[in-house]
Amino acid sequence: MERINSIAKLKNLRIRLKENISNTDRNRVRVCCGTACSAQGSHKIVQAFEEESSLKGIGIEVVKTGCQGLCQKGPVMGVEPYGYFYQKVSYERVKEIISKTLSAGVPVRRLLYRESAADDPIEKMDELPFYKKQVRIVLRNNGFIDPCNIYHYIAAGGYAALEKVLSSMTPEQVLEEVKRSNLRGRGGAGFLTGIKWEYAKKAHGKLKFVVANGDEGDPGAFMDRSLMEGDPHSLLEGMLICAYAINARYGFIYVRHEYPLAVKNLTTAIKQAEKLGLLGGNILGTGFSFLVDIRQGAGAFVCGEETALMRSIEGYRGMPTPRPPFPATEGLWGNPTVINNVETLAQVSYIILKGADHYRSIGTEKSPGTKVFALTGKVVNTGLIEVPMGITLKEIIYDIGGGIRNNRRFKAVQTGGPSGGCLSEEHLYLPIDFESLADVGSMMGSGGIVVMDEDNCMVDIAKFFLSFTQKESCGKCPPCRIGTYQMLEILEKITSGNGEEGDIERLEKIGNLVKSGSLCGLGQTAPNPVLSTIKYFRDEYEEHIKDKYCRAKVCKGLGVYRIDGSECFSCGLCKRACVFDAVKETKEGFYIDRDCCTKCKACYLVCPIGAVKIGGRLIPWVVPEQCEGCSDCVHACAVQGLKMYETGNEGIFIPWLSDPDACVSCGKCAAVCCSGGIVLTTHVEEAKQRFLTKRPKGLVAEDEKKKCRLGMTDSNDFTLAESERYQKDKYTIDKKGG
Amino acid sequence: MDIEEINVEEKIGPVGEILKEEDGKLSVLIHFLQIIQSEEGYLPGDSLAKLSKRLGFPLSEIYGVASFYKQFNFKPRGKKVVRVCMGTACYVRGAENVLSGLKEEFDIKEGETTEDLRITLETVGCVGCCGLAPVATVNDAVFGEIVSKKVDKLIKSIKE
Ligand SMILES: Cc1cc2nc3c(=O)[nH]c(=O)nc-3n(C[C@H](O)[C@H](O)[C@H](O)COP(=O)(O)O)c2cc1C
Ligand code: SF4
Ligand code: SF4
Ligand code: FES
Repeated sequence: MERINSIAKLKNLRIRLKENISNTDRNRVRVCCGTACSAQGSHKIVQAFEEESSLKGIGIEVVKTGCQGLCQKGPVMGVEPYGYFYQKVSYERVKEIISKTLSAGVPVRRLLYRESAADDPIEKMDELPFYKKQVRIVLRNNGFIDPCNIYHYIAAGGYAALEKVLSSMTPEQVLEEVKRSNLRGRGGAGFLTGIKWEYAKKAHGKLKFVVANGDEGDPGAFMDRSLMEGDPHSLLEGMLICAYAINARYGFIYVRHEYPLAVKNLTTAIKQAEKLGLLGGNILGTGFSFLVDIRQGAGAFVCGEETALMRSIEGYRGMPTPRPPFPATEGLWGNPTVINNVETLAQVSYIILKGADHYRSIGTEKSPGTKVFALTGKVVNTGLIEVPMGITLKEIIYDIGGGIRNNRRFKAVQTGGPSGGCLSEEHLYLPIDFESLADVGSMMGSGGIVVMDEDNCMVDIAKFFLSFTQKESCGKCPPCRIGTYQMLEILEKITSGNGEEGDIERLEKIGNLVKSGSLCGLGQTAPNPVLSTIKYFRDEYEEHIKDKYCRAKVCKGLGVYRIDGSECFSCGLCKRACVFDAVKETKEGFYIDRDCCTKCKACYLVCPIGAVKIGGRLIPWVVPEQCEGCSDCVHACAVQGLKMYETGNEGIFIPWLSDPDACVSCGKCAAVCCSGGIVLTTHVEEAKQRFLTKRPKGLVAEDEKKKCRLGMTDSNDFTLAESERYQKDKYTIDKKGG
Repeated sequence: MDIEEINVEEKIGPVGEILKEEDGKLSVLIHFLQIIQSEEGYLPGDSLAKLSKRLGFPLSEIYGVASFYKQFNFKPRGKKVVRVCMGTACYVRGAENVLSGLKEEFDIKEGETTEDLRITLETVGCVGCCGLAPVATVNDAVFGEIVSKKVDKLIKSIKE
């Protein structure tokens, strides 16, 4: 590698490289070596290609790219010159790819993407529904170039923005362009980047710093990681341009230590850029100098906060400090410092090259440009996506994400990580940008989108996020330290079945106090997941508290467990799974003894057909008017609790439960009854009272004709209408289980 | 790592030229702790004492910084570090079941190490493969899509 000492030479180099590297008429495979695809064996594929090509003597260029986005279907790869896109590739298929595609030009059909097994395959990457709606600016090179080869980046048009800035723009012009682009910080708050740079530029101090924030602590987000791994030079170029604009000489990239590949690729990128003279002293012979170093985080979420991050770089405990002074005026070691998110900086070179006006034409008026999201959770296609601001959640979840997995129903979507909120179905058509999300109680955050279906309990999700922030609170502010703990205790109480009236109000009260009494963004946003779920899913909280029922069947310790006798085929797995011996067996089948049951969910999880139900307790309700007197139910009862009793009409018998507490809700009685004479109800208390206080003996049909169909009785007994009311279940009991 | 031998200036990097000596040394403290941790698996007391001498910071200050960050351990850890991802995506797709399966199998709680120092069980925020959720890592290898049946497979490969 030879140092490039003038701008003209960089231009020449790019032209030469383009002919070599970017031409698409040669045999080339681009294998995704991002974290997810690597975990699924992409390195073996690369190796197989290299071995095969040298064995067979055919020239195949193997490019190890960063994340291509469609992690769900990994390992993925593109094959040139034909442009086929293969998914779920394994190294055993390499020979086939070489013999069919690279030698004969026909695709390996079973590796092509299909919407479903019965659909026609899709050959090219940009025809995939997953990619169609995306606009790739930040990710323009991700999944295309080899991140460990600076020449790839240069050939793809890299460092052209730096070239333009150094050759034809003054720092003031650069700043003006960024300001005009209305670029907003992608780190969460959406602060205008141009304004931030201007503060730093105007601030007094000879020394200035540029810091790239790659801490990405949000559990469930991996945009910055993919970018640092897959296109590290675009980050460096952004930092260089920023440094030129504000006249900084030193820069740091702060990366989580959990991202070893990002650290490695960034280190390589810095070394190569230094060798080529694109970093360091006297860059491209212009006299401009900029030095970059990497600092690794040590596992503290709060260090993503800018003031805490600076403390951490300086070597202290990473605790936030009050602002002002803002980092832009008093940052690292007291010097003016620009801290920007990785993705923010990666947008800069595009803005410089294409101009602010073009950039503003993408996205919405107040939030121009694109945003990279990590789409995860219960969608069919999870992965990394880049979309223009203003797109609706529905487009993201259904068009790009391919809808909900396993045909379940959409329930909620969480944006913004632990600082964000949960949105419900009514927000699916919300065009998303910084303001619209904040208006409905959520946040853009760093860009995690987690989709949830009906199997997710919203109270549990709120508890999950809060326990995260509670653990990560640095402990400086009592409202944040103690308030989140108190909220967590209440949530713990609710999800374990001990919720009380007033708990929701307590949560709201403490939540608002924490928000207003905390110093940094962590505390100020920590209650958001709880408050937003209360706002949009209050009925679920109420169900947990009042009815001790979790409709998603997630919270252990809630609900009544029973085996549906009509579905159970007596395999006995649940009996073996239960360590508390709560599953009992009688001649008639299995049932769960409520006294022994600890609601551990073992039986529910093990049953192969979903015959174990969790829900409100069920109890039979006798409908004398319908009963034929066949006594089938009496024989079916798992605990033999039902008996036939003679009514006031001589010779006419109906079933009755003399000890309603013995009933185990197996439901067999109702299942065998063919006349509707006995049904199940969740109105347990009323039914119990009826069984205990009223006796069939008191039942007399007034009309001889109806003698065999016991009709209206005297007023202090029940009526048909009353029966109907109690037959209706309070909850629809799903037949299939979860 | 021989703490006496380390070249502090080199680690500080180019900013060293503009920082006060003490600031420069402090700025690489976390970096050194990371190196010790990655070599020893934890932060042994005597290494920290040596580091305190080498950099000229009181030991209490070093402990103060180290105990703030989750990455650092003060107790030895197992040969195999199993990390179950408890990130949002993994949680939503059932990471709880993976964790409880492992806890049961090895009879340790999260954050603990088996007595024979073979296995340490931990949870992490997000390892960045949410597409494969639920995910667990064993040392550096990533195991994805651990639905309940594959927990057994994971356990097997941990035991190997
Ligand atoms: C608790 C907390 C965690 C944060 N984590 C991150 C992070 O992981 N990455 C990031 O870029 N910004 C994070 N931020 C935002 C930063 O404080 C800062 O606003 C951002 O880096 C500024 O860059 P931007 O203007 O480009 O968005 C976090 C803020 C808070 C309060
Ligand atoms: S709000 Fe919480 S995390 Fe932020 S400074 Fe206060 S205690 Fe620390
Ligand atoms: S596991 Fe299911 S099918 Fe088998 S005995 Fe239990 S309830 Fe019946
Ligand atoms: S949440 Fe588990 S890998 Fe991201």
